[in-house]
Amino acid sequence: MRPFTFSRPEAPALAIAGKDAASRFLAGGTNLVDLMKYDVERPAAVLDLGRIAGLREVTQAGGTLRIGALVTNADAAAHPLVLAHHPLLADAILAGATPQLRNMATTGGNLLQRTRCHYFYDRQTACNKREPGTGCPAIGGVNRIHAILGASESCIATHPSDMCVALAALEAVVVAQGPEGERRIPMAEFHRLPGNEPQRDTTLGERELITAVEIPAWDYGAHRTYLKLRDRLSYAFALVSVAAAVTLEGGRIAKARIALGGVAHKPWRVAEAETMLQGQAPGEDAFAAAASLILRGAQGQGHNDFKIELARRAIPRALHQAAHATPQSHVEKRIA
Amino acid sequence: MQNQRIIGTPQDRVDGRAKVTGAAPYVADFAAGQPILQAHPVGSAIARGRILAMDTSRALAVPGVVEVFTHENRPRTSWFGSSWQDEVAPPGQPLRPLHDARILHSGQPIALVVAETYEAARHAANLVTVAYEEEAHHTDLGLRLGTAYVPPKTRSGTTPPPKPKGDVEAALAAAPVTHQARYSVAAEVHNAMEPHATTVIVEEGGALLIHDKIQGVMNTQATVCAIFGLAKEKVRVVTPYLGGGFGSGLRPHHQCFLAVMAALALNRSVKLVLPRDHQFFLAHRPQTEMLVALGATRDGKLTAIRHDAIAGTSTYEDHQEVVVNWTNLLYPAPNVSLSHKLVKLDIESPTDMRAPGAPIGLFAAESAMDELAEKLGMCPLQLRLVNHADTDEVSNKRHTSKELRAAYRMGAERFGWQGRPLAPRAMKDGHELVGWGMATGAWEAQMQTHHARVMLDGEGRATVGVATADIGTGTYTILTQIAAEALGLPMARVTVLLGDSLLPKAPVSGGSWTAASAGAAVDDACARLKAELLRLAQKKGRLLGATLEDLRFADGAMARWSDAGTAIPLADILGESGRDSLVADGKAGPDMLSQLRYSSHAHSAVFAEVRVDEALGQVRVTRMVQAVAAGRILNPKTARSQVIGGAVWGIGMALHEEAQEDHVLGRRMNHNLAEYHIPACADVPDIDVLFVEEHDPRTSPLGVKGLGEIGICGAPPAIANAVWHATGRRVRDLPMTIERVLGLKDTPA
Repeated sequence: MRPFTFSRPEAPALAIAGKDAASRFLAGGTNLVDLMKYDVERPAAVLDLGRIAGLREVTQAGGTLRIGALVTNADAAAHPLVLAHHPLLADAILAGATPQLRNMATTGGNLLQRTRCHYFYDRQTACNKREPGTGCPAIGGVNRIHAILGASESCIATHPSDMCVALAALEAVVVAQGPEGERRIPMAEFHRLPGNEPQRDTTLGERELITAVEIPAWDYGAHRTYLKLRDRLSYAFALVSVAAAVTLEGGRIAKARIALGGVAHKPWRVAEAETMLQGQAPGEDAFAAAASLILRGAQGQGHNDFKIELARRAIPRALHQAAHATPQSHVEKRIA
Repeated sequence: MQNQRIIGTPQDRVDGRAKVTGAAPYVADFAAGQPILQAHPVGSAIARGRILAMDTSRALAVPGVVEVFTHENRPRTSWFGSSWQDEVAPPGQPLRPLHDARILHSGQPIALVVAETYEAARHAANLVTVAYEEEAHHTDLGLRLGTAYVPPKTRSGTTPPPKPKGDVEAALAAAPVTHQARYSVAAEVHNAMEPHATTVIVEEGGALLIHDKIQGVMNTQATVCAIFGLAKEKVRVVTPYLGGGFGSGLRPHHQCFLAVMAALALNRSVKLVLPRDHQFFLAHRPQTEMLVALGATRDGKLTAIRHDAIAGTSTYEDHQEVVVNWTNLLYPAPNVSLSHKLVKLDIESPTDMRAPGAPIGLFAAESAMDELAEKLGMCPLQLRLVNHADTDEVSNKRHTSKELRAAYRMGAERFGWQGRPLAPRAMKDGHELVGWGMATGAWEAQMQTHHARVMLDGEGRATVGVATADIGTGTYTILTQIAAEALGLPMARVTVLLGDSLLPKAPVSGGSWTAASAGAAVDDACARLKAELLRLAQKKGRLLGATLEDLRFADGAMARWSDAGTAIPLADILGESGRDSLVADGKAGPDMLSQLRYSSHAHSAVFAEVRVDEALGQVRVTRMVQAVAAGRILNPKTARSQVIGGAVWGIGMALHEEAQEDHVLGRRMNHNLAEYHIPACADVPDIDVLFVEEHDPRTSPLGVKGLGEIGICGAPPAIANAVWHATGRRVRDLPMTIERVLGLKDTPA
C-alpha cells in the first residue's frame, strides 16, 4: 500500500473542498481498501466520510424514497420503508456479498463499486481501465465473467453490483453534491459504457460527493424479483442477474421495468422491451420477445458466450416470477 | 488388556478452545510485538524467459526498506551450488528462487523486499521494475497432449501403473457392451485459510528458530540444513498448529527459503507471509485429461479396462500421483491397461492435494461405470456389486479387510437408493430435475515409521511428544485419547506436544497415515512406560509376579484386575522410587511381512442427490450420504469432521474449483477467493456419515486405516452421476459449471 494522507471531513462541503482527482472518498472501504492493497487504486489522500452527519437516514417524502449515501447495505435491506416501498432493492442487496460485507458497504460506495475483471485487479498485466492505453488482455483471455453487451475494443469489463441493478430497474436518481451545488443523475446516466475511456466507470465529477439515492414511487408489491445466477449458491458475483418489476391491470402488463446485471459495464436496461410489454398479457411469448429485445446486439467473447443464452432464459423466468408475484427468495436457494 | 474406553468415543478437540479463542499460535503469530523484519515477494509477470534487468532503486528508497534481494545480489549458499531435494520432492530439480535470471513460471518469486514494516515491504515490492526477455511458453495441456511421456523416474512413495494384462484392444472389440469416453479435471489451487508463511527468529549465537507452515517440521529442518549448510543443532523448527495443510504444506515452499536466506544475510529475524494471490502460483492439483474404456458382458461383468491419464507438470519436476490404479483396484478384469503420463508446462510444480490422484481417477472411472450401467440398463450399484474386487488385482495381494459391500448396503439404505428410477429425467419437482448418483471411493491405508516419547511426572500427568503435525485433522485429540486409555488417565491429565523438530522423529503428516502411525508409536511408548512402571513397583515389592496382562490401568493407578485393593497410583510408584519423572520411547512402522502379503485400503460408498434447474442450470447438492469403511474409528466426532471436510471439497471439485489460466499470458488469472470459488455454506447440505465396522489388526497395530483423504474420493463422481440422472446430460469435465450443465460449452471430442 502506498503512503497516503488521511482526513475526516465533518461536512459534505469540507469533503468536496478537500477532494481532487488524486484523492478518494472512503465509506465502507469494502472495495477501495482491497484495491489499494492490490496497488490498483493509488490515492494520494483518503477522505473518510464517517464523521459526516445526515447521510445515514432513510426517509420518504411525496412518495419518493430517499436513502442516504452512508446507509449500509445491511441497514437499507432491513429498513421498514425500503421493505414497504421498494422490496426489490432489498432483494438485490441481499443477493450480494455476505452479511459481514453488507454491514460495512454503503449505498454510495456500492454505486462506485469497481469491476471484478481479473486483469483490472492484477497490476502485472495490462488493463485499459487501470492503466489507460496499455491494452485489454481480457479480450482473447480469461473472459468468462465479462460483458456480452455494450463492450468496446478497449474494455469488456462488467459492473459487479447487485444493488445497482435494482436501482436501475426502479429508475432511481443519484443525488450528488459538488462545488457548483447539487446535481441529480438518473441511474441510466450514472454508470457509463467503456467506449475508449474505460477508466471512467461513472459520470460523477472528480469533486462530486454522492449524498443520497432517491427512488420514485411505484407500487409493484410482490410483482417483482431479483433473479441471480452465479457459480455457487451464495457469495459470488452474478454471471447474469435480472431485476424485474411489473404492475398488472386487467390481466395485462401496465408497466414493466427490467434491468440486467453481470452482462455489461453498467446495469443493462432496454426501454423498448419495457414499452413492448406494456399492454400485453404476461406469457412466455411476450417474455421471450422482451428477452430478444434486451439482448439485441449481444456479443460473446469466447468463454462468456453462454451468458447470452443464459440471459435469454433468465429474463423470461424473472418476468414469470414478477408476473406471478413469486419473487425469488434469497434465503431459499431454489429458483422459483 | 482392557482399560477404560476412551478410544472409539466421541471426544471434543483438545485444542478446540485454544483455536477458537486465538490462543493457538500459527506461524505468523510468532514473535508478535518484537522487532522483526517483514518481507514481501515480487512475482514474475511472464511464464518463460529471462530477466534482462531489474531496477530496485525506487524500492530501496522507500523509508524502512532494509534490502531487496534478487538473483543479482542474493547471498551465496550451498543451495545454489549443490542439488538437494526435500522429503517428498518428485524427481527433478526443485525451484530455486533467485538462483539466476531464468523464469520457469508466471508468479515465480524473482525478488524479496525486506523492510521494518509490512506496509513498507509491500509498497516497495510494487516499485520493483523488471525487464524481461520473453520466450514462447506452453501452459495449455490440451494443446500439448502429443508431448506426453512416461516419467523416467518414479516418485518415491507413488505406485506407478501396473504392467498391462491380457489384450485390452481385442477384449474391447469382442465385448458385447462397451463404453469409452474422455474425462478431465481442472487444475485446483490449495486455499488453506492460513497463508503460507515462515517466521525465522535469529537467536543468540546465530541459531535459527523457524516457524514454517509445514506438515512436517523435520522436512523443513532437513531442507534448510541442506540448502544453507547448517548443522541440525543450529536449526529448530516449531510449528504447533496449521490453518489447513491439504498437501500444500508437505514441501517447504519458496517462502521458507527466502525468509531463511534473508534472516541469515541480514542477521535479523524475518517474517514472510505470502499474500493470497501469491499462493495461486505456489502449488496446485494438476490438470488431468483421461480416457476410459470399459468392456463388459451383458450381465455387467467387466472384461476390459483401459484408463489413460495425462497430467500437467512443471518443466523442472515430474510430479506424479496415483490416478489410474484405483480403477483396477476396485474392479477386476482379465484385460487391463493403465497408464499415467506427464506433459511439461511452463507452470509451477503441482503438489499433492487432498487424496492426490484419487478423486481425479475415480471421477473418470466411476463416471464411466455409471455410463456403462446406463448402457446395460442396470442399476449402477448393482454393477459395482457384480464387479466387486475381492482381492487387490493391482498388487496381486489380499486385502487386510474390505467392508465395501457393507458400506454399499448401509449407504444405500440410509440414502433410500432402492426405488431409484433407472432412466434419467424421471424425477421432476417444479422447475427442478432431481437426480440420484452414487460412486465408490478408495484410499490406501499406509504406515510410516514414527517415533514417540511419553513422560509421566510426579503428579501423575503424562506428556506425549511426536514431531508430526496436526494439520487440522485432530491428531492432538486422538493421541491424547490413545495415551489416556493406555495409561488409565483422564484425557485432561495428558498433554500432547507436536510440531517441534526436537521431538521424536516423524515424517510429514499426509497420506492419511498419521493416526495409524503416530497413534501406534504413542501406544508403543505407553506400553513401554507401563512395563517400566511395573518394574519399579516390583522393585519395591509391589504386584510381585504380575505381568502387564494382569494389570488394569485406570484412574491414574494400576492394579491387578483380580484385586482392586492392589491399586497403586502411578505417581506413588515414581515417588517410592525417588524419581521426578519417568520417560519411555516408542516406535511404530510398517510391518514389512504383512505388506508382502496384504494390501490395505479405506473404502467409501457415496450417494448424492442433486436438484438442477432445468432451464437455468443451477445445481444444488441437496443430500449426501457417505458410508466409510476405514478400520477402527478412534474418535467418531473428529472422524466425522474429517469425512465431512473431504465431502465438502468434493462438492467444490465437482461444481466450483478451477484455476483459470490465460494461455496468452501463461498466467493463472482468478487468483483471489472472490473469483476462485469453493463451496459456500449454502452449497453444502447436511452430510450423513456412517462408519462401517472393520476389525483389522493387519492394517496397523491399532487397526486404524486413516480418514484424511477418503471423504473426497467418491464425492465428485457421485455428484456428476446425480447430475446425469437429473438432466440426462453427462458432464465429463470438472468443474460442472453452469454452461457445462446446460450444454452451452463445447467440449473437446
